[in-house]
This record gives sequence, C-alpha cells and structure tokens, in this order.
Amino acid sequence: MSARYELRFSGSGGQGMILAGIIMAEAAAIYGDKNAVQSQSYGPESRGGASKAEVIISTQPIDYPKATAIDCMLAMTQEACSKYHYDIKPGGILLIDSNEVKDVPKGHFKTISFPIIETARKELGKTIVANIISLGMIAELTGIVPHEAVEKAVLARVPAAFVELNKKAVQIGFQSAKGLK
Amino acid sequence: MAEHKKKLLQGNEACVEGAIYAGCKFYAGYPITPSTEIAEGLSVRLPKIGGKFIQMEDEIASIAAAIGGSLAGLKSLTATSGPGFSLKQEGLGYACIAEIPLVIINVMRGGPSTGYPTGPSQADIMQAKWGTHGDHPAIALTPAYVQEILTETVRAFNLSEKYRTPVIVLYDEIIGHMREPITIPEPGELEVIDREKVTCPPDEYFPYDERFEVPPLAPFGTGYRYHVTGLNHKKDGFPTNDSKQINENNLRIMRKIENHKAEIWKNEEVSLKDADVAVFSIGSTARSANFAVKAAREAGIKAGLLRPLTIWPFPDAAVKELAKRVKAIIVPELNLGQMVLEVERCAGGACKVEGIHRVDGEPITPAQILEIIKKHAK
Amino acid sequence: MSEGTVAKKQKLSVPFDYDKYLRPKKLPHIWCPGCGHGIVLKALLRAIEASGLNKDDICMVSGIGCSSRTPGYVDFNTMHSLHGRAFAFATGIKFAKPNMKVIVITGDGDALAIGGNHFIHTCRRNIDLTVLVYTNAIYGMTGGQYSPTTPLGDIATTSRYGNIEPPFDACKMAEAAGASFVARGTAYHTLELEKTILEAIKHKGTSVVDIIDACPTYYGRMNKYKSATHMMEVIEKDGTVSVKQADKLPPEKLEGKLLRGVLYKTDRPEYCEQYATQVMGKATGK
Repeated sequence: MSARYELRFSGSGGQGMILAGIIMAEAAAIYGDKNAVQSQSYGPESRGGASKAEVIISTQPIDYPKATAIDCMLAMTQEACSKYHYDIKPGGILLIDSNEVKDVPKGHFKTISFPIIETARKELGKTIVANIISLGMIAELTGIVPHEAVEKAVLARVPAAFVELNKKAVQIGFQSAKGLK
Repeated sequence: MAEHKKKLLQGNEACVEGAIYAGCKFYAGYPITPSTEIAEGLSVRLPKIGGKFIQMEDEIASIAAAIGGSLAGLKSLTATSGPGFSLKQEGLGYACIAEIPLVIINVMRGGPSTGYPTGPSQADIMQAKWGTHGDHPAIALTPAYVQEILTETVRAFNLSEKYRTPVIVLYDEIIGHMREPITIPEPGELEVIDREKVTCPPDEYFPYDERFEVPPLAPFGTGYRYHVTGLNHKKDGFPTNDSKQINENNLRIMRKIENHKAEIWKNEEVSLKDADVAVFSIGSTARSANFAVKAAREAGIKAGLLRPLTIWPFPDAAVKELAKRVKAIIVPELNLGQMVLEVERCAGGACKVEGIHRVDGEPITPAQILEIIKKHAK
Repeated sequence: MSEGTVAKKQKLSVPFDYDKYLRPKKLPHIWCPGCGHGIVLKALLRAIEASGLNKDDICMVSGIGCSSRTPGYVDFNTMHSLHGRAFAFATGIKFAKPNMKVIVITGDGDALAIGGNHFIHTCRRNIDLTVLVYTNAIYGMTGGQYSPTTPLGDIATTSRYGNIEPPFDACKMAEAAGASFVARGTAYHTLELEKTILEAIKHKGTSVVDIIDACPTYYGRMNKYKSATHMMEVIEKDGTVSVKQADKLPPEKLEGKLLRGVLYKTDRPEYCEQYATQVMGKATGK
C-alpha cells in the first residue's frame, strides 16, 4: 500500500455512513495492525442531507486527518455522489448503489455499481444493514483490511440481538464484491 | 490481548477519559456543538465513580456551578465551544481572582456569533487570553492528537490544582470529532496532582496568604470558615479599598504563573534543528503542517515545525530563539490572524513572519502550507 | 395573629450572642441608616441559632448588590459571587457537598433580573437551597435605578417619568417554577420573619423567602417617603397582610396588598437526593 490509503463513505444522514467509517477504522487500527483515523463532515441534519465519513489508513503515523486523494469512495445517494466524488484519484474506486445513483460521474476511476440497499432488503429483510453490506464490499474490493478484522470490528459495535444479522450482512458484502472486481 | 488496550476514540471522548484519569469528580455544562460529547460521556461516567454531573440552565451557570464544585473540594470541569466560551468569560475572571482551580474545555468552532457550529476554527486563541476583563493570568493548552487530548486534559487539571487557577484546553472541531486509536494509560503512568491539603489550625488560615506563591485552598465545609469574593481582596479574602493591597492582589495572581512559565510551556519540535523555514502551528492545523514539513523535507527543503502544546503563556522564549536562526516562520491558523501577531512580536523583525489564514470552515491543507514553505525556502 | 403571640409561641432565647455568628472585625457594615438589611440579618442569625446548625456546615452564597454584602459579615463558609449567579455557585457547592446547608442571599435585581433564569431553574430542580430575596424595589448599590419589583409609576434614576414596567411577584414565580417552599416576610415583622426563615432552613428542597425591606436612601427619597420608619409603615406594615389574617378579610381589603407568611409548601423530591438514588443508583447498579 501507499503511505496513505483514503476511504470515503458517503450517503444521506441516518444511513450509517459514519458508523461504517468508524468500523473500518477500528478494523484497521484495533483489529488489524495499521494506523487509522476517521473523521466526518456533517451539517445540522441528523436525518437526510449529504453526510460523509473519511477514513485514512496507513502503516505510518497519520498527520493530516482529511482526504487528499480518495482511493475508494462509496456513494449511497445521488446527492452524496455528485457532491463528493471530485477528489477520487486516478485508478481509484467508486462504489455506488445502482438504484440510487443514476447520474454516474465520469472520471479516471473505476465505477462499481451494485443494488446495495435492495440486497439488504431482499436478502435480510432490513435496509438498515445496507451500510454493513457496503463495508464488506469495500473490504473485498480494496483488500486494505483483512475480512476477519472487518468482521470482528462489526460484531464489536453491534448490540447482541443483531449479531447474526450483521454477520450475514458483512458476509453478503464480501461475496457480492467478489465478482465485481 | 495487548492490542485491545487500544481504543478508537473521538477527541471529545478522549477528553472524558483524561478528566476521569485526572480525578475529575464534578462537571457542569450546557449542550453546545461541537463539544457536547464531553458532557454526554461524563453524564454516564461520573455517577459510576461517585462524581457529580449536572446540566445547568446556561453557560454562565455552568462555569459558576463548576467553580462552586471546586470550592467544595472536587476537581471540576466545564466544556463548551466558541459562543459558550464568550458567555463563560465572567466566571473565568472570577476563578482567576478568587484563585479557584478549574478546567475549561473549548472545542473551537467558526464564528463570530453562532457562525458555523459544525465547522472547525481556531479563532478563540485571543479570547482565551483576553476574553475576560482586567489583567489576569491565563494558561491554555493546545493538543493536536486524540491521545494528546487525554494527556493534556490531565495536565490541565494538574496545572489548575498546582497554580490554583483556571486552565483552558483549546482544540478545534476536527480533532474534537475525529477518531484515532489511543491507549488509556494505566493508573500511575501519568502524573496526577491533587490539591494541597491545608494542615494549619483554622485561626491561622488565610486563603490568600502572601507568604505562599500559591496559597493552599481549604475546601468549604472542612472547618476553615473564610470568605471568597470577586472583589480585590486581602490575604483573608475580604474586600479591600487599600490601593497597595489591590496592587499586590493583582500582581500576585500574575506572578504565580509568570514565575513558572518554563514549567508550563511545552513544545514539540519536528526537524527544527537545521531548519531554514519553520512553521508555528497548533491543533489540527499543526497536523497539516507536520504533513507539509515532511513533504518539504522529501523535496530537499530544510523545513521544521514548532508545535506549542501551551499557547498561553505564549512560548516567547522558543519563538525568539527560533526567529534568530530561520529565514521565516509561517503561522497557519484557522482564523484571520491571531497567533501570528504574537509570533511577530516575539520575532521582533529577526525573520520574516507570514500567516496562512482560513475561515471557510475547511481545514488548512498540507498543500497550502507546503506552497508557502517553498516560497520562503528560495 | 399578632407578632407578640408568634414570639411567645416560639420562645426564642433572649439575650442573644450575635458575636457568635458575626465577624466583628468586618463591621461596621456598608448599609445606610434606615436600611432594612440589618434587621433581616438579625432575624436570619436568630433563625440559624434556633436551627441548631453548626457554623462549619453552613455556607452562605450571595450575588452582587447591597444585600449580597451580607456573607462578608457572618462567620460561615461564605462566598460573594457574581451578579445574578449566586444560585448557580450555590448549586455547585450544594451538589458537591450535599451535607452542607447552603443559604443564598440575593436582592430583587440580582435574583429576578440578571439572575432570573438561574432563579427559575433552581426552583425547578428543587435543590436544597434556602433563598432569601431582599426585595427593596431598587438597585441601591448602583445608585437607585428601577428594578423588577419597582411598582408601576414609581420614580428611580432610570425612570424619572415613572416606571412603566409591571413588577414581578417573586413568590408566584418561585411557586410556578417548582420551589417546594415559598414564603414572604418583611423587615418590619421581624419576629415573624425569624420564624419564617427558620421554617425555610428546615425545609428540604428549594425554599424561597421574599423579604420586603426598604431602601430609604434611594427608593424612599425619590418616591416622597418621609423617613425609613414611614416606609416600613406604609410598605411593610400596611402594604402586607399575613395569610392567616387574609382568610378572614373581604377581598376589597386585600386589594393591592402582598401576602405574608408561608404561601406554599409541598413535599417534592429534592435534586441531590434524586441524583444519589436515581442517577448514581442506576449507574452503579445498586
């Protein structure tokens, strides 16, 4: 990996993008052997609006905590995609929800399109775990953090009653992304 | 597993850990973005350890209640952000003149007024020193990393107890809200200073005894019945109209900090020894500066960083010395020019001083700083 | 009931050793001749004696103003705090050390104007503070400006054409905000006041005593009162009716008069106890 690997999780407030970012950072820094910082930018809305979380992963100490050139970005809504895709670096990855993002931005990056929310609904009956599915997908697509660490980090963050649901969600994420690389 | 001692915490959560580690047992506050997580965390943690948490009706009441808690013997904390810090200035002055230990966290946000509540800022640097009226001592600490928010919160409590004075911790929204892996220190790993116990008989006790540089403070309700006031006072705490005593009262509270600046100062230096161009910066901006300095070094430029963790008292000695041996000191800060004035004062024309300022709610990027480093390296 | 019977029933000890509670070296006080604050202090000290409290366990906190100079003269743990903020400082002390008896000394400007919000929320929490509001309808320390209790039409240095702001009733506000003990007394009815303050001190929860007292220097002179005693007679004696007398009087006789005595008293959970049992209890799983 390069000195900094930069991830951005974006969507609308309430979709769990910040939680996805936190879990990714924990997977890298607590359950993995790398450094990570997670930051976020948000407006006054608790629900709705565009929200983003950024995670910088590195083998070195991390000084600047914000993104400089994004290696991989997730966009769960059109608004977030349009607003935040501007600094994906050439050769980077843009993962979008295919049902939500219709106006696909063009750039020197690879766009991967998948019905993330629909999968959550169809496979697990709960759209709330769409963020965990996307987390699994990003882990698979980027290879930046081992699957085991991601799963541990997910399970450490969710209430006991939802462990099985989230376990399935993260596995669906890993599997779904396999054929898309 | 040793690795699990590490936790991914938000800056504000690390502040909670620092307060608990330091022995804080009293918190009074009022909700305000972006510092509220400190109140939320302590509302859960303090009652578990016999501590007191209260959400007051406003910012002024919060600092007043915290001063009351401290006077009753508990290490006390209040936390706020820019506009709330403005409201707390009257209480801050009271704590200065009445010499009540207290820690105030200010997670700086954009302003003036309501400004940009969810955006970062470093615009309260001068307010921390000059916000309350009258001449008074000021100690303000400026952590830049989540781990440092913990350790500097502990240091803030230590300094406040040691010097019987309010201590301010200033950090910006970025590090207040970002998460970073940190290690919670074991008990005994960091120094914790507790309030000096008063042992003399009550009739020999004077709360502002001039024989001491920092007279010990007896908690209320421990048999030492004395008077506390915001008026200029004599050694017994009672108001005075005597100009000599007023003067002595005002000078002593300054002197007790002024005489110990060297112990209160704390600077981190990055590749500064042979630097031609130096950056002087705090908080999240210093992280950008660190990045820029490393990039400059990679490009063959002799750049370095002076990062104060104590911004008040201002690190005069370090800046004066630095100014003599570099071509320029660059001062990036998330405001329209505050620290840069102090740096200019200390540099006294010995080198160029250039500020980089930003007030759009976005951080100063490493690229912005690198550009100015390159300009001065030529 | 006349004042004489109140005194007889209570059997308050006379003579009384005031020096036990005063800081003689800090006297004389700054109050003007004819000011009622000294009379209130006398009633307060006698009530404290009757309460049996230990001086080390008493904390007195004041704000800023003439009445707020009281703590300097008495031998307790005393704090002269900031204008309007005595409630908040006192809340901090009480919450940190619930075994202390914390008494707040405040004036009408201090408590009801600059400190109005703190006053309301103190009552709402029902934290165990004894609050004495010295109501003299003027800002005395700054030289006689109209206050939140200055009657309509009255003259002050900032209402030369007559005050147009309706006054507050501190008791009604305290009750509405949630104080569990609300009373009124006057400097004129000294023995009754002593008894009322004692009851307030003994009450657990926020107890508010609105004390009508006179400022002859500013309010009196500007509003054509002949003397301090004239003010006491008109404002305190004739301007008030005890709650017990009021029951027997027709409504027209009560017109424009303030009620004296304990106006409201109830048992309501006290803040520090709630914190100890509810919050700390749940937090520690006890």
